[in-house]
Amino acid sequence: MTVETYRNESAYPFCPGCGHGSILDALDEALVSQQIDPAKLVIVSDIGCSGLSDQYFGTSAFHGLHGRSLTYATGIKLARPDLHVVVIMGDGGTGIGGAHLLNAARRNIGLTLLIFNNMNYGMTGGQHSTTTPAGAITSTTPAGNLEHPLDICSTVGVNGAAYVYRGTNFDKDLPERIVEGMQTPGFALLDIWDLCTAYFVPNNTFGKRSLIAAQEELGLASGVLYRREVDEYASAYRAAAERLRGSTPLRVRTLVPESTSPLDRAVNIMVAGSAGGKVRSAARMIAEAAIRSDLYAAQRDDYPITVKTGHSVSQIVLSPRAIDFLGMDRPDVIVVLSEEGRRKASRYLPEMKGPVFVVPEFADLNTSGTVSVFDPRSAPERVGKSELALAMLSGAVVHEGLLDADVLRKAVSAYPAFAEKNLAAIEAGLSMAGVN
Amino acid sequence: MNLLFPALRFQVMTAYEFTDGATAIVRGALDAGCDFFAGYPITPASQILMMMMAELPKAGGIAMQGEDEIASIGMCIGATMTGARSMTATSGPGISLYSENIGMAIMGEVPLVIVDVQRLGPSTGGATTAAQGDVQFVRWGTAGGYPIIALAPSTIAECYTLTMRAFDLSERFRCPVFVLTDKELNLTRNTVASEDYVRVPVRERQVTQEGAPYRFGGNATPMELYGTEVVRFTGSTHDEEAFITKDPAVVGRLNEHLRDKILSHRNEIELLDIDRDPRATTVFVSYGITAGAMREAVSLARARGSHVSSVTVQSLWPFPEKGLLDAFEGIERVVVAELNPGLYVREIERIAGSRQVMGLQRIDGELISPVQFLEFLP
Repeated sequence: MTVETYRNESAYPFCPGCGHGSILDALDEALVSQQIDPAKLVIVSDIGCSGLSDQYFGTSAFHGLHGRSLTYATGIKLARPDLHVVVIMGDGGTGIGGAHLLNAARRNIGLTLLIFNNMNYGMTGGQHSTTTPAGAITSTTPAGNLEHPLDICSTVGVNGAAYVYRGTNFDKDLPERIVEGMQTPGFALLDIWDLCTAYFVPNNTFGKRSLIAAQEELGLASGVLYRREVDEYASAYRAAAERLRGSTPLRVRTLVPESTSPLDRAVNIMVAGSAGGKVRSAARMIAEAAIRSDLYAAQRDDYPITVKTGHSVSQIVLSPRAIDFLGMDRPDVIVVLSEEGRRKASRYLPEMKGPVFVVPEFADLNTSGTVSVFDPRSAPERVGKSELALAMLSGAVVHEGLLDADVLRKAVSAYPAFAEKNLAAIEAGLSMAGVN
Repeated sequence: MNLLFPALRFQVMTAYEFTDGATAIVRGALDAGCDFFAGYPITPASQILMMMMAELPKAGGIAMQGEDEIASIGMCIGATMTGARSMTATSGPGISLYSENIGMAIMGEVPLVIVDVQRLGPSTGGATTAAQGDVQFVRWGTAGGYPIIALAPSTIAECYTLTMRAFDLSERFRCPVFVLTDKELNLTRNTVASEDYVRVPVRERQVTQEGAPYRFGGNATPMELYGTEVVRFTGSTHDEEAFITKDPAVVGRLNEHLRDKILSHRNEIELLDIDRDPRATTVFVSYGITAGAMREAVSLARARGSHVSSVTVQSLWPFPEKGLLDAFEGIERVVVAELNPGLYVREIERIAGSRQVMGLQRIDGELISPVQFLEFLP
């Protein structure tokens, strides 16, 4: 069955002489010539006079917030690339939603954007917009607009948009241009200038000829300005996603207790080192070993936003009971690996009651805790910078009788890619601690 | 899980995970059928964005990093209208940017899950510091004052379960549902027994093709979705066919509907974890990360012979008045603990009657400790 019009029976609400109705007629003609299933077409309208448009069509419609119509349209197109999505926005929406305009163009999401550009905010009283020509009188530029108008077409054009057209509502070929836009894979924008007879026309003695004259005066070309072949984003996303299909979904390692621990109270261990020292992964190995020992473990990490520099401190709590409280302010055991770590631990060191494990350079640490010096040079093999954290921690927890060496070995063996180095680090730690 | 007899735990060979709340939320979302995610990077919520970006394409879903928070929630709303199950995640500053679209999701009756990983505010605040300062913000964070639903997990396992529940409620009531967590719950790893991940049955979306996208009357009705028929959607005050109207009779029915479809079904939403001691005259009330310290405090108090009850509020909004009043039976003093300048305690004061209500607050970026609770007991 041929669709003769996509309009419904309601008459347009626009002012006499306003160009919006004629653009909508051109859209209707474009739709008729394509015979699109009305259920497969969503008109996404913005806010303002042009935002009323969707109510005069018998197609699907989405009437959202001011300036955000491109975001809803993007969501619709991403989820259903088979739908035609036409966005209707004024110059007001273009301004407030500028970031969305740039990114929809750059992304080349397959939307057709019709900008009803009448150079002012008609619905709210004729205020100036981002496209108001310099010098123009509006209700908010009583002495003439001081701002340079936005060149919408060039802006989206240089940023990759697949199809860009500038014209007026008087263009006889507007329906064909709308069809071109809708048939273009990727982002299509039609910047359609028209007259606001309520405000802009009377304020500036402006008329049909002035539209063209204004474009010429600003040096703005008209017609089809950009056409390029691009990958439409929603389709490109699916092609890219296809390459990830079947790869392992999110899975969290499960740990089954295989031995017991004599630990009868919660112990808070702080390991304080520097970025690049694998402090966090070492702490994680100790925590996983604890869970394998029928304990509960929790781990909180602290490091600067600039992750490759500065301190790296982890706190782990090992407990025979489930850990409800994640506050970890006072450590029972401190392991100091570096000067940056020492500085972060210095908050606790003077009042420390428990053991403190350090490398030789911190043997004279200012602490009331019991200092044990672990010397990496005493290890049978050289301990690299990235193995020091695990070596020191392993030595410390076994030295304190918190965990068994065998369960540490099991914990790191679960990660085959790092197992060899980690096992060597554990042996080095046991040797340094004299508990091997 | 048996806390008193660790050896028993060893015998039953329970499997454990060493994981964090962000991972639990992502798994909850995937298990709830989430197939669309959009978000913008923000500490401490970015882990959810990154995991969703990695996981959804593998499962046939779509995940987008929007150009900002406004675009992200906008994409979610658009996608939902085609049938997607959408989620977004951010922190307080991002909720500010979501504000207008939260209102649109309420008005347009769009199922959507919004995770707020709270950080210390106001403004940019402390990005890597835990806080609970958004509890009233999410309730009143958009124009109009209409009800929203907000859940607050207090453990990693609850992050999973309440995310699934959030999807369920968003479908049931056709509205945005918040999951309120915080930096510490999101990023601190803890030990979770596999059996503690409680699944919530997945509710199929109710869809109709009657040609009327909205039905007023105080009950959520099936949705009409783009693609198979002509469907209208609007964020403006509308009639049942989604045409803009100013007719007071219709406007009144619409807005009463938006209010009643949630408030007249509060009993389906209310979720409290009540730990009652019949001899207690003091009850601790808390939610989220602070409820963990509260439970620890209750154990410590009972070990030394004190009598105290506690309530973990898991459904913050609508305010679970009925369940709380039940829990306050025989209680003389209510202690409300939270990491903010005293936001939820106001709600408790409103219903407490002659009971003494005391706030326990902390706003220095540190967590409330169990010892701080104990100071309220004789």
